[in-house]
Amino acid sequence: MRLTGYRRPDGRVGVRNHVVVLPVDDLSNRAAEGVAALIPGVVALPHPYGRLQFGEDLELTFRTLSGHGANPNVYGAVVIGIEPKWTERVAGEIARTGKPVEAFSIEGYGDLRTIERASRAAYRLMQEASELEREPVEVRELVLSIKCGESDPTLGLAGNPALGRVVDRLVDAGATVIFGETSELTGAEHLIAERCATPEVREAFLRTYRDYVAMIEAKGVDLLGSQPTEGNIRGGLTTIEEKALGNIQKTGTRPVRKVLRPAEPVGPGEGLVFMDSSSAAAEMITLAVAGGSVLHFFTTGQGNVVGHPLVPVIKISPNPKTCETMAEHVDVPLPDLLVGEIGLDEAASRILDIFERAVRGRLTAAELLGHKEFVLTRLYPSA
Amino acid sequence: MRKAVAHRFGDHVAVAVADLRPGEGVEVAFLDGSPPVRLEAREAVPLGHKIALTDVAEGEVVREYGEPIGRATRPIPAGAHVHTHNLRSLRWDFGGRR
Repeated sequence: MRLTGYRRPDGRVGVRNHVVVLPVDDLSNRAAEGVAALIPGVVALPHPYGRLQFGEDLELTFRTLSGHGANPNVYGAVVIGIEPKWTERVAGEIARTGKPVEAFSIEGYGDLRTIERASRAAYRLMQEASELEREPVEVRELVLSIKCGESDPTLGLAGNPALGRVVDRLVDAGATVIFGETSELTGAEHLIAERCATPEVREAFLRTYRDYVAMIEAKGVDLLGSQPTEGNIRGGLTTIEEKALGNIQKTGTRPVRKVLRPAEPVGPGEGLVFMDSSSAAAEMITLAVAGGSVLHFFTTGQGNVVGHPLVPVIKISPNPKTCETMAEHVDVPLPDLLVGEIGLDEAASRILDIFERAVRGRLTAAELLGHKEFVLTRLYPSA
Repeated sequence: MRKAVAHRFGDHVAVAVADLRPGEGVEVAFLDGSPPVRLEAREAVPLGHKIALTDVAEGEVVREYGEPIGRATRPIPAGAHVHTHNLRSLRWDFGGRR
């Protein structure tokens, strides 16, 4: 494969070259969007949280925000918060990667002066970023992630086994591939547990899964009606077990080498790793990108349209109706795999071909359509 | 052309890869290389939905991928559409089972 990307000061490799404006909290969205409006090409990541959070919930928000600044697809970051302390904390975490970061707090300045100061910083970063050239990179330098959405049984039959074959090839070539979706392993968790590389990894995985089930149980509810979703049921998936067994096909066959907390940073060369995460598309992708994923593979049956502001999302669908009615969302249509006209090897080469081109800069459907979902996961309510 | 695909020999269900009409003869291919079987669709089964390969008794555990995917909530004859009206999860039943 002939791949090109951007090598960052910490040696990590990105496949896009963004400058981000990160609001630390909801109050700073307006200023962040003001900067993005003034300086074309700058990506603002507005979100509704970041105030009066505490404990692990706050740590997860910090990890997610700083993980986005630190992501190798980012050249440099402008961080804006209402007050200096948390703002400096997020900026300081990003600065550990060696990339340029500038932090601004609004108190004492107001929105207008903050937007001006932050825009001047974004202006400089954009100009510097524009001079960076792509260079040859290797698969083993990449962190990637996978998820399926608006799933139906065509994924378990065709789309996910094809992606699973791709994942095996990428892991064998030295990439890190993140999978997650804790709730969506229910009924297949024993099969993932069997694939854990060591007893320690297996114990960590089962503990994560059991803690999740216990959290649901403690609320006195179950996930009937939510997992599978109404879209899944419409597409033909009946139970969570069936959905999970289809879901795990895309993880391929290689051992699971690590269990990560949500948004926990991971480097290349780690193989297949599990990240505790929601099964909601935008939340899972956001957590994986915070962990360091620079490109995401997304299989869909009924037609999920999700994207991400910093990371190309490659959509793969074997469902012939979706490939026809939602063609503009599908990067790799595989309806011929579903009916057996092509095999898994041919399907995997088609996915790898688009992967290679997307890494080199080809825009994905989600990028072209402006899908920029950035959704923070919350663990509990704010104080 | 195959109109339904099953994962493994011994599975109770296959997945329609085209919309199936009532009374339509259906060739079912197996991903594990088992020889294909033919059966008749008793009712309409939309693309992506499941068709029963054998008769399933009420209460029986239904298998797909060689694994349990739920329990039949009523008798399911071969060729019937299998979905939420006749199949229920064995999980997410915290009140009932635990």
